[in-house]
Amino acid sequence: MLVAITIFVANSFASPYFLNAWNLSDATFNFTEKAMIAFAMALLIISGEIDLSVASIIALASTAMGAAAQVGIGTEGLIIVGLIAGLLCGATNGVLVTRFGLPSIVVTIGTMSLFRGISFIILGDQAYRGYPQDFAYFGQGYFWWVISFEFVLFSILAVVYGIILHMTNFGRAVYAIGNNPTGALFSGIRVNRVKFVLFLLTGLMSGVAAICLTSRLGSTRPSIAFGWELEIVTMVVLGGVNILGGSGSIPGVIIAAFVMGLVTFGLGLLNVPGIVMSIVIGALLISVIALPRLWSVWRT
Amino acid sequence: MRRLLASREALLLLAIVIVLGIIASRFPAFITPTNLASVFNDTSPLILLAIGQMIVILTKCIDLSVAANLALTGMVVSLVNITIPDMPIIVTMLLAISFGTILGMFNGVLVWKLDIPPIVVTLGTMTIFRGIIFLLTEGKWVNSHEMSDKFKAFPRAEILGMPVLSWIAIIVVVLFMIIMSRTKLGRAFYAAGGNPHAATYAGINVGRTQFWAFTISGALAGLTGYLWVSRFAVAYVDVAAGFELTVVAACVIGGVSIMGGIGTVHGALLGALFLGIIANALPVVNISPFWQMAISGSAIIIAVVLNAQANRVKGRIILKRAEQAT
Repeated sequence: MLVAITIFVANSFASPYFLNAWNLSDATFNFTEKAMIAFAMALLIISGEIDLSVASIIALASTAMGAAAQVGIGTEGLIIVGLIAGLLCGATNGVLVTRFGLPSIVVTIGTMSLFRGISFIILGDQAYRGYPQDFAYFGQGYFWWVISFEFVLFSILAVVYGIILHMTNFGRAVYAIGNNPTGALFSGIRVNRVKFVLFLLTGLMSGVAAICLTSRLGSTRPSIAFGWELEIVTMVVLGGVNILGGSGSIPGVIIAAFVMGLVTFGLGLLNVPGIVMSIVIGALLISVIALPRLWSVWRT
Repeated sequence: MRRLLASREALLLLAIVIVLGIIASRFPAFITPTNLASVFNDTSPLILLAIGQMIVILTKCIDLSVAANLALTGMVVSLVNITIPDMPIIVTMLLAISFGTILGMFNGVLVWKLDIPPIVVTLGTMTIFRGIIFLLTEGKWVNSHEMSDKFKAFPRAEILGMPVLSWIAIIVVVLFMIIMSRTKLGRAFYAAGGNPHAATYAGINVGRTQFWAFTISGALAGLTGYLWVSRFAVAYVDVAAGFELTVVAACVIGGVSIMGGIGTVHGALLGALFLGIIANALPVVNISPFWQMAISGSAIIIAVVLNAQANRVKGRIILKRAEQAT
C-alpha cells in the first residue's frame, strides 16, 4: 500500500499530466484486463497450483471470437463464444492436473504452446478484423463520465473474488489445500474438485479478458497478449501471494495491480521506454520478498 | 527388455527413430548424414541450455532467466567486440562464460541465502536482464558488419567436417555426463532434489547445491550467448525471446521430473533433439511452420503424462471411497 501511495505522489510531482482524470482513466486499461485474470490466478496460486497458459487462452478465445465474427455472429454470440472457449481451455488444464495428477507448471507450459499454437494454425500471419460495431463497447466504452466499462468490471470482479476467497467455505478450502493438500483431503475437502473449479475460473477470466482486449484492439492476431502470463504471475506475487501456496489476499492483488499500472503509466508519461519499466517491475518483484528476509537475517 | 521399455530415455529414442522413419519414408533426403549433422548443429544451443536447465530442475528449482542471460551475455560480448575487434576468441569465450556465470550466481545467491522461491527470482531477473540490454544499447541492434570476422567465423569453422558449435555441444554433453555420474557435486544435485531432508542429514548443503546448479546454468547460458550472437551475426534486446520455455520443454520431454531428483544428461539431449528434429522437419514435409508451436505443446503434455507414474506419491489413502473422491 505504501508503495502505491508513494508512486502516486511521486508521479503527480514528476509529471503535470499525471493528475488528469482522462489520463488516469486511460491508465486503468494498462492493468484491468490483466488484473481480472490475476484474481483467479491468485486463488489458483494460493491453492498451490499455477496456470501459465492464461495468455494463450486469451489468444485462442480471441481467435474463436474472430472466427465467429467472420460468419456473422452478433455481439451476444461472440461473448458466449469467448467465455466458452475460455472455459474449455480451463477445463483442459483442470482435467490434466486433477485427473492425471500432473504438476500444473508443466501441464500449463504445454497447453501454453498448444493453445497459442492452435491460434497460429488457424490464423498464421493473418488477422481477424470486422467485429460488429457494438462489440467495441467492452474495451472502449465508458460507463459513466471517465469510468470505463472495463474499470467497472474490474471493480465488480475484485469484490466478487474478495468475497469468494475471504468469506466462503470455498475460500477456506483454497487456503487449506495450499497449506496442506493431504490434510485438506483427510478433513473432507474435495481437493481435486476445488482445484478443477479454480482452473475453470482462471480459464473463464481469461475468456473475459479476451473479450475486453479483443474489443479494445478491434482485431485478433495469434500473438495477442504475448508474455502476459508472466506479468500476471508477477502481479499476483507482488500482491503478497505466496508462490508456494497457502497465503495471500485479494486486496493485496488489487494494490499490486494499481502499483503495476501506475508505474507503467507514470514512467510512460516521463517518456521512459516500456522495457525499462520492466526492470522496475522485476526489481520490485524480487525486493518485496527479499527485503523482509534481508531484514530478519540482518537482525539476527 | 522390460526395463528397457520402462526407461523414458529409451522410449524417447524410439519416438525419435519413428519420427525420423516417417519423415524418411517420404523425404529420404532428410536423413542423410549431412542433413542430420545440420539439424544437430541447429539444435546445439538448445542442447547446451537444456543441460543447464536439467541440473537446476534436478535440485527442485527452475531457471526462467536462461534466455535473458543468453541475450545479455551475447550483447555484452558483441559490444566488447566492437571496442576491441582483435581480441582472441578464447578470451571472448572466457568472458562470455564468466559473465554468464556471474548472472547465474546472482540467481543462486538469492535462492540460497535469501530463500526466495526460484520461480520468483528468475522471473524477476529475466525482466531485469532484458531491461539491462536495453539500457546498454538504447534498443539499438549490433549488426553483422560491426562484428569482427574472427568473432563471427568461430562457431561456423569446421573441424573434421563438423562446425565448432556442434563440437562444443558434444564436449559439454560428455563433460556433464561425467560430472553428473562421477563427481560428488553431480551426485549432490540428485540427492538435494530427490530428498532434501535426507540430503541435509547426509551432509549435503542443499542451498549451496542449488547455488551451484544456477551457476552452471548461467555459465552454459553465457557460453551459448556468444555462440548464438556470433552464429546469427546480430545482437538485440529480444534475442531468443521466449526460449526459456522451449528449454524447459526439452527437459520435460527428456524425462526430467519437475519435482526434482530425476533426470539424465542424455535425456535432456534427446528431449532437445526431439524438438530440434520437429522444428527442422516441418518445412521439409511441407507443413506450415505455424504448426510447430502446437506440436511441441502436445509433445510436452504427452511426455508429462507418460512420466506421471514417478510423481504419484501423495498421502496414504486408507478408505477406498476416499480414493475415488480424488
